[in-house]
Amino acid sequence: MAGAKFLKFDTQSLHAGQRPDPATGARAVPIHLTSSYVFSDVDQAAALFNLERPGHIYSRISNPTVAVLEERLATLEGGVGAVCTASGQAALTLAIMTLMGAGGHIVASSSIYGGSRNLLAYTLPRFGITTSFVHPRDLDGLRAAIRPETRLVFGEVLGNPGLEVLDVPKVAAIAHEAGVPLLIDSTFTTPYLCRPFEHGADLVMHSCTKWLGGHGTAIGGVVIDGGRFDWEASGKFPTLTEPYAGYHGIDFAEEYGPAAFIMRARAEGLRDFGACMSPMNAFQILQGVETLPLRMKGHIHNTRKVVGFLEGELYSDKGGKPGAAAGAVAWVSYPELVDHPDHALASRLLPRGAGSIISFGIRGTGEGGSREAGRRFIEALTLFSHLANVGDAKSLVIHPASTTHAQLDAEALAASGVGEDMIRLSIGLEDCDDLIDDLKQALRAATKG
Amino acid sequence: MLLTVNGTPVFVHTGGRDVDLSRPAVVLIHGAGMDHSVWSLQSRYLAHHGRSVLAVDLPGHGRSGGAPLDSIAAMADWVAALLDAAGLERAALIGHSMGALVALDTAARHGSRVEAVALLGVAERMPVHPDLLAAARDGDPSAIEMVIGWGHGPRGHGGGQGGGCPTPGLALIPGGRRLMAAVKPGVLGVDLAACNDYGNGADAARALACPALFLLGALDKMTPAKAGRALAARAASAQVVVVPQTGHMVMTEAPDATLDALAAFLSLRRG
Repeated sequence: MAGAKFLKFDTQSLHAGQRPDPATGARAVPIHLTSSYVFSDVDQAAALFNLERPGHIYSRISNPTVAVLEERLATLEGGVGAVCTASGQAALTLAIMTLMGAGGHIVASSSIYGGSRNLLAYTLPRFGITTSFVHPRDLDGLRAAIRPETRLVFGEVLGNPGLEVLDVPKVAAIAHEAGVPLLIDSTFTTPYLCRPFEHGADLVMHSCTKWLGGHGTAIGGVVIDGGRFDWEASGKFPTLTEPYAGYHGIDFAEEYGPAAFIMRARAEGLRDFGACMSPMNAFQILQGVETLPLRMKGHIHNTRKVVGFLEGELYSDKGGKPGAAAGAVAWVSYPELVDHPDHALASRLLPRGAGSIISFGIRGTGEGGSREAGRRFIEALTLFSHLANVGDAKSLVIHPASTTHAQLDAEALAASGVGEDMIRLSIGLEDCDDLIDDLKQALRAATKG
Repeated sequence: MLLTVNGTPVFVHTGGRDVDLSRPAVVLIHGAGMDHSVWSLQSRYLAHHGRSVLAVDLPGHGRSGGAPLDSIAAMADWVAALLDAAGLERAALIGHSMGALVALDTAARHGSRVEAVALLGVAERMPVHPDLLAAARDGDPSAIEMVIGWGHGPRGHGGGQGGGCPTPGLALIPGGRRLMAAVKPGVLGVDLAACNDYGNGADAARALACPALFLLGALDKMTPAKAGRALAARAASAQVVVVPQTGHMVMTEAPDATLDALAAFLSLRRG
């Protein structure tokens, strides 16, 4: 018997969630810039409000353009559904607010985006939700940090900015032993490089602003429901397993089965917190998703070339012979390097490539040490843009200690794996020879003092 | 709500409203390896349009206890016992796929208890390929892939003229896959064997004494619309609605068309 056929990833990047517009025949996804939708009759209106029929009421809750992006991203990740949000931060907030209230506790990797760390460490405690941070390689510490009131384990596939690879299958198993779901921020890897649901994760979020969009023009986020976590068996999630007075007494797990989380996230989270994605942004991000496979191949190709160049700069003797003098680069971190602590894990979880972020240390020479050398390096670059973003088609650079992680004190900075000498590169899609030439001249400028 | 049927706890989803014995009842019967949640876009509507709703989890499925029943006839007798347990003399039966065979056979075996039948994704025979039967029996994940893959039309698979789940933000194929993966081991094999073995469809259709609606997906690969029409032709009186661009999962792929057909067939009014 012939097996069933499913459209493959590259095809779904172009087609999932969409068909030609039935009203106009438009092949591209139309931008539905409308706040609201006319009801065909009173009964249809009542049915939409009572979740008896599918459809759109008001664009804060759902919108046809945004829905295409949601279904496309859910499909690419293998999730049962998705909610797009105003930003990646809004996606994380929505996931947390859907799962817990005051008294809830989160166990998070200590190596995460600085903005996520701010939310968890400084802002959510004001609302009674606290977080314990654990180094992503400390699995025993992770298990020990889980408390009876823990409602979520959270980490990134690739730590930010330390590039630690999270052992998603083992972390998922630890979370599940405690009856708690695992949320993965998969922004750095995209579903092209890693599909966390296949490794045991329960929820996935992205900042769509990064590689999914790829153009750096539109802010957006998404939270995707893997549909596998058994909320009922866990018994720790009354928002999903008990009647909700705010929606006609609906019990989301009973009503929607595998889609309980994502339906609640929309019905309550978008309705009440309101951090929805604009249809214009959804359209722009869709343009990026259409070329995601092509772009990720290009990112990985260039990243591997640049990693090779930086490794060559570790010693003044470019052959790296034993005893050679130190070069302008103190260290290079990329999970595909054999000396990276997570090299074997990266080979298993990220066989198509370990992303397009590279961290390296710049060697400080002369007054001001590595911090000053870093400043000279960044200011000498011409192709790399110095800004607080990653995943653009253009190559980017930042000095985390003075920007994205500047909120952290020295101890927290060290816990996040950020040294003063750390430079983070986001490798884009330029000709990699041009990128390497730019890095070469900037390293020369940095070491001249 | 929980009922006890033949000594076994049975879960019944009531569409957000308690069962009211003064209202006409409708029983929704899911297909092989599934549960009541496949009816999420019908059960709430029916419950708010004048009906008491019993969207069941068949024995061994979803939240119900017991072992899966191994024949369509046994499931039909179970539906009659369910009506007894709920204190219902009669009900309309809405079934999908295996559930449609159960509804049809209940009407044949317990005609006085059945007000009407609506049969979605149905055919006189539902032969199951031996490879699929074996995979389902052995708990091989390929069985779910086959059912989900063959079961969905373009709304699920996307591409070309398809794509676009009716419910904003959901994806039908991953959703179906997760639903079936949650079913207890071995249940899908028992269900598919029951479908494969059922041979009473033609006689049951000829014996139909109640109103019947056949709701068929134009692109159904598992129970082709042509086969559904042929079965409907055996009934003395049957309405046939063929939903365009729709596969076997009629109620999830085309929830509005399903509701429109059911509303007309059962004369539903909000209330």
